[in-house]
Amino acid sequence: MKFGIVVFPGTWSEKDTHHAVNGVLGQDAEYIWHGDEALDQYDAIVLPGGFSYGDFLRCGAIARFSPVMEAVRNFADKGGPVVGICNGFQVLCESGLLPGVLMRNDHLEFRCIWTDLKVENDTTMFTSTATKGQTLHIPMSHGEGNYQADEATIEKLEGNGQVVFRYADAAGNVTPEINPNGSINNIAGIINERGNVMGMMPHPEKASEKLIGGDDGNVIFKSMIENIVATLA
Amino acid sequence: MFLAKVHVSLKPTVNDPQGLTIAHALGRLDFDSVDSVRAGKYFEVKIDSTDQSAAEADVKSMCEKLLANPVIETFTYELESI
Repeated sequence: MKFGIVVFPGTWSEKDTHHAVNGVLGQDAEYIWHGDEALDQYDAIVLPGGFSYGDFLRCGAIARFSPVMEAVRNFADKGGPVVGICNGFQVLCESGLLPGVLMRNDHLEFRCIWTDLKVENDTTMFTSTATKGQTLHIPMSHGEGNYQADEATIEKLEGNGQVVFRYADAAGNVTPEINPNGSINNIAGIINERGNVMGMMPHPEKASEKLIGGDDGNVIFKSMIENIVATLA
Repeated sequence: MFLAKVHVSLKPTVNDPQGLTIAHALGRLDFDSVDSVRAGKYFEVKIDSTDQSAAEADVKSMCEKLLANPVIETFTYELESI
């Protein structure tokens, strides 16, 4: 299968993403420049981390209006799998492809740390090779990952199983103390109702080999590959 | 030509850690009268138009589309002829 990795001016995690899906997991992968509008040749789209357009105005706000995002919206509308990581998650929220918003971390600090993510839903195409309740050791690196939405939206997300990952300790306990950014209900990743668009703040592409501290991030890409390859066959 | 002065602020229900931190710092500077601070954004947008109602419609639309995020923010603006 072929991954398309979107590159905005200011994106910085596209090469790590390419390394994870191509170098480690052996799939085709190509970069897509933010002005491109043809996505038909891709089986999945990744919006990687970074600081698109310098994070001016609000993170993700300018990227949302780039030509490629119109194409990503059409791709998602047709059921195409899209995953937004860190800045990519922010772009998906600004675009309205996912609900809510990522605000400044409640302590106002930029945090670059390893986190443990409790898998809350293992029935998605992004988590099907994980087991509900298990933790994934994946780093985060952001100043604006404080997920917020109105009460009705949170209730809907929780009720539908759309909260995919929560910040937890290594044993899987979800506590206010372990919450690294103030996200409501320790939310680290969510999925849309249809199940084909996921956003997460931590970086699975930066946990692709044991050599760099762990390879739990591959769970997400492996799940995508398994599910997508099955539909291609 | 018109000058639009746009203020974007967080909705009252949205937590504002920047505002809280600024309020805390003002307290440390002995501004004991400070009750609270909310941080926001201010834009000056020059609009090349002679039609005030068209300029106003543009400002409203740019606030809704880009300058403010309706999930967490509200906006106000004033338009003056320059």
